Amino acid sequence: MIINHPLLGPRDAQEFTYLGDASLLDRPDWQVPDAAQAFHDYLYLRDNPAGDHRELWFHEQGDRSWLVVTRNTLTHEILNVELARDVAKARRAAQ
Amino acid sequence: MRYSALRLIKEAVTGHKGWTPQWRDVAPQDHYDYVIIGGGGHGLATAYYLAKEFGGARIAVLEKGWIGGGNVGRNTTIIRSNYLLDGNEPFYEFSLKLWEGLEQDLNYNAMVSQRGILNLVHTDAQRDAARRRGNAMILNGSDAELLDTEGVRKLYPFLNFDNARFPIKGGLLHRRGGTVRHDAVAWGYARGADSRGVDIIQNCEVTGFRIENGKVLGVETSRGYIGAKKVGVSVAGSSSRVMAQAGMRLPIESHVLQAFVSEGLKPFIPGVITYGAGHFYCSQSDKGGLVFGGDIDMYNTYAQRGNLPVVEDVIESGMSLIPALGRARLLRSWGGIMDMSMDGSPFIDKTHIEGLYFNGGWCYGGFKATPAAGFCFAHLLKTDRPHETATAYRLDRFMTGHMIDEKGQGAQPNLH
Repeated sequence: MIINHPLLGPRDAQEFTYLGDASLLDRPDWQVPDAAQAFHDYLYLRDNPAGDHRELWFHEQGDRSWLVVTRNTLTHEILNVELARDVAKARRAAQ
Repeated sequence: MRYSALRLIKEAVTGHKGWTPQWRDVAPQDHYDYVIIGGGGHGLATAYYLAKEFGGARIAVLEKGWIGGGNVGRNTTIIRSNYLLDGNEPFYEFSLKLWEGLEQDLNYNAMVSQRGILNLVHTDAQRDAARRRGNAMILNGSDAELLDTEGVRKLYPFLNFDNARFPIKGGLLHRRGGTVRHDAVAWGYARGADSRGVDIIQNCEVTGFRIENGKVLGVETSRGYIGAKKVGVSVAGSSSRVMAQAGMRLPIESHVLQAFVSEGLKPFIPGVITYGAGHFYCSQSDKGGLVFGGDIDMYNTYAQRGNLPVVEDVIESGMSLIPALGRARLLRSWGGIMDMSMDGSPFIDKTHIEGLYFNGGWCYGGFKATPAAGFCFAHLLKTDRPHETATAYRLDRFMTGHMIDEKGQGAQPNLH
């Protein structure tokens, strides 16, 4: 697989390590009353879709940036690549 | 029809005209007592033990393709009982004991071959860990033997003992482990279940559950609605997709594990070897092919094929352990989709929906568990209580803090 890095251009997926679903960016609030349940769901439960999947990749052998890659889990086709910090900032701005 | 040597001779002299199909091709009925979703090893074993051990009810196995077409046909055929943790080892020991009596029980040649599994160690720390694991195995009724370098050399003289970085310092030998003809496991259970009245319905994909007031009433399928008192889901690899139809999210990610077979060679590797310094394991099939594998591909996928970086990693590990491997040609490679759970251990449990039961999350250890998973899932379906060897495989264990993390990796499925 080739990941089209927003800053560095096309890079081999071997340069990256994989973390998982991009929902891991949405860390729950630890002060809410049902925080234990929220953290359980955040940490352990996954949608695990067959199809388009937004996921976190880390450019460990490169510029050490975190990316949000949208990839089809049935075909391995990569549809979109964003810097995770841009995604996180946009989410925070939207809240 | 009972199989025997006498029967084979009789058929041989009469032109093999007397063999009958091993299971019937049936149309689904309107209602069953038990519907098992998934006609793989686990689903068929569940139906078999439900019919045999837990009383004759009306049972159906629904399979979206053909039986045995999933992971039971795509694994590296290894059986073993060499786990460390209390939640696991009694279960896998129960499974190995069922394997040992399987062929007589099923009257089916599954080629169960207890040729021994050797886990190599390369450092003092690994030897300590192997000794501890061996003791845990023995305490649970399994067998383990700690070999030194010379002991390993007697069994496998061709290994790369003097690797500068990872010299072989010994190994933990589990003599009762071995290999099984994997397809025959699915077929044997299918034949056994069918002969006890189980309806095996192929080309029947479940498209939804009918759930009212928190109770499951039946399943919608590509061949119409089928009512059921109890529904057991046993579809490892697709667990998240099927359970999503019941509105559930699971502590599971789907990953691909690749496996490889070389061209046929003369007898070379008598047992199963696992490398301690890289993720690599190897055995030789009765046809002569070296069967080996290594790590998963590390990213979520439902494609039954992997990518080249893992191929390279597996072959490099293999070459560093068995240099002679370089002279063999690779015949084929393939990938199977694993339910990778958050602690590397499986689930055999009720769900919050009455009448809906779940068996999955087997990571890449599902094949060896087939008999016990079937037995324990059947036990749960019949009695609503977990079997005594499977009490730890609960869906709520992450909430209650009772993880079974053999590898100690935490909630990172691709590292288990």
